[in-house]
Amino acid sequence: MAEYFNNSWGWAPWLAYSLAAVIQATLLINVVAGGALGFIWMERKIAGRIQDRLGPTRVGGKFGWLQTLADGLKLLTKEDLMPNGADGMLFRIAPYVSFCASFAAYAALPFAFDWVALPMNVGVFFIIAVLGLEVFGVILAGYASASKWSLFGAMREAAQVVSYEVPLGMCVVVPVVIAGTMDLVKIGQVQEGWFVNWFVLHDPFTFIIFWVYLTCAIASVNRAPFDLAEAESELVAGFHTEYSGLRWSFFFMAEYGSMFAVSGLAAILFFGGWNGPVPITHWLGLDTATNPFLFYLGNLLGMLNFIFKCVLGVTFMMWVRWTLPRLRIDQVMKTCLKYCTPIAAVMFLGAVLWTYCFPGGLWIHPSVPMGDVREEWLGNTARTAAEPAGQGGQAHFAHGASQNEPVPGVTLNAKGG
Amino acid sequence: MQAIHWHSVFFLLFSLLACVFALAVVFSSHIVRMAFYLVLSLGATAGLFFLAGADFVGSMQLLIYVGGTLVLLVFGVMLTAQGPFVSMKTRGGDWVLSALVGGALLAVLVQSAFKIPDWQNHAAVVADGESAAISPERMTSAQAPPTATRLGLGLLGARVDRLDRPETPLTATMAGYLLPFEIVSVHLLVVLIGAAYLARTKRRARPRGTGADV
Repeated sequence: MAEYFNNSWGWAPWLAYSLAAVIQATLLINVVAGGALGFIWMERKIAGRIQDRLGPTRVGGKFGWLQTLADGLKLLTKEDLMPNGADGMLFRIAPYVSFCASFAAYAALPFAFDWVALPMNVGVFFIIAVLGLEVFGVILAGYASASKWSLFGAMREAAQVVSYEVPLGMCVVVPVVIAGTMDLVKIGQVQEGWFVNWFVLHDPFTFIIFWVYLTCAIASVNRAPFDLAEAESELVAGFHTEYSGLRWSFFFMAEYGSMFAVSGLAAILFFGGWNGPVPITHWLGLDTATNPFLFYLGNLLGMLNFIFKCVLGVTFMMWVRWTLPRLRIDQVMKTCLKYCTPIAAVMFLGAVLWTYCFPGGLWIHPSVPMGDVREEWLGNTARTAAEPAGQGGQAHFAHGASQNEPVPGVTLNAKGG
Repeated sequence: MQAIHWHSVFFLLFSLLACVFALAVVFSSHIVRMAFYLVLSLGATAGLFFLAGADFVGSMQLLIYVGGTLVLLVFGVMLTAQGPFVSMKTRGGDWVLSALVGGALLAVLVQSAFKIPDWQNHAAVVADGESAAISPERMTSAQAPPTATRLGLGLLGARVDRLDRPETPLTATMAGYLLPFEIVSVHLLVVLIGAAYLARTKRRARPRGTGADV
């Protein structure tokens, strides 16, 4: 985008880059905030329907669709309380830590082909790393509140999230192994075409591991039946007992934000990302269109497809929340250590063996051969690394990644100079 | 506005953040606040890695140092703390000792940092007042320093010193040291399990009827 401003409109590089950064950040923050608005309303309606009531009906005319906004206004006007014994600085800063961690994950989440704020070749890894930081805000909140309920909630959350990161990581590795890359855009790309190309249908092991991923994802975003950190029947409200008003709502924005993020990750890793069950954009010829507008249109369709999948994932989590009772802490740990981790390990081995026996899968015929993705990167890196040993014909680009992909910082450097 | 070297600006910003919060860790006496400052300092270091284009190292920094270590630290604090807010009093002797150790490490690092010829070239160019002219080509055209890339790729199973057989990029002759590497990591796992086995409670279940607990 920055290059577009710079080259087509002739703006100064610093202006182009700043504007591109502002636009992308605004779009992403609207995904989080607007998503939370929609999802909270949806959650109330779904909870109502599951419990055989109507949910909000009045605010904003039909269906109570303005309910969340009304809630938000109410939260804005609430008094911002802080307990006497609390650690002021940490208490104030904790909600923002949670929110920032949840929001940062969106930087590497592609919404359609190449529509990603920060193109990274280790996107999966970055998202997992950043989402794991969300727990830090919760721990700080629980500790700084100087309340026993909060501390208990935070301890439970910490134990739970740290344990569930193990099977979650193993589940995520499987699609990475099959695709041969950690680049989320490429992982989405190799699943092009019909829905049989989706990794969830790649082999029986990935099908099972998707369900393990789902369990671990629900646990790691701290939703029921794994919401022990806020178990209101035992701990009042857990880690956010002492919070009120806008600070309290930040925790929930973070929760809904990371729900959407893990759904998005699931959509890309297992459900083809922006590649639909039916290759509509391919039939319309939009994915190979040379006309930039048509290509853009195809990408837009892909983005809608992706967001639809994410919303479906979030809805599924809500369904689970209002259907299953909350687990006890020992049951939570048992689920993780005795079921999820071994199953994930066995499925991982199975999926690797399957890929070894049927390279490329049984019925999957991606337009981009997966082996190419895998070996292309390795070969390129190996060659780049080997250059200094050679005659130095290309010594200019000898080290660093500048030959294959422009390093963000260096590009900025070159343009800004 | 044209002459601003944005890469340097962000580098300075992140390194300043890292240093300031590292100092805050030293001068704070409140143990959880120290942990929080450490998170920010390590996070800023991850930012530096991202700025250098090392996405993987940056993510690794976030996952292992910021995530893992600090959650562990907070665990430790919470499980060992007696009072509500622990604050650490550092004695004079400790200050002297830690200053000695830290200062020695800093001296070694500074000395080795200024020995890198690339950086001296860079500094010379900046001193010439043509910082804007530093292009990536120029930065990398200096003599490439010995990196660990070849060794790392060898451990991952790609022998870059045998690339003279381009038609068989990943055949058996090219397989590097992946197996020994994996064996070492499995060893670590074995050690971990052994430690857990040794540290577990060795209390037998009580005979039936004597206790309510199971």
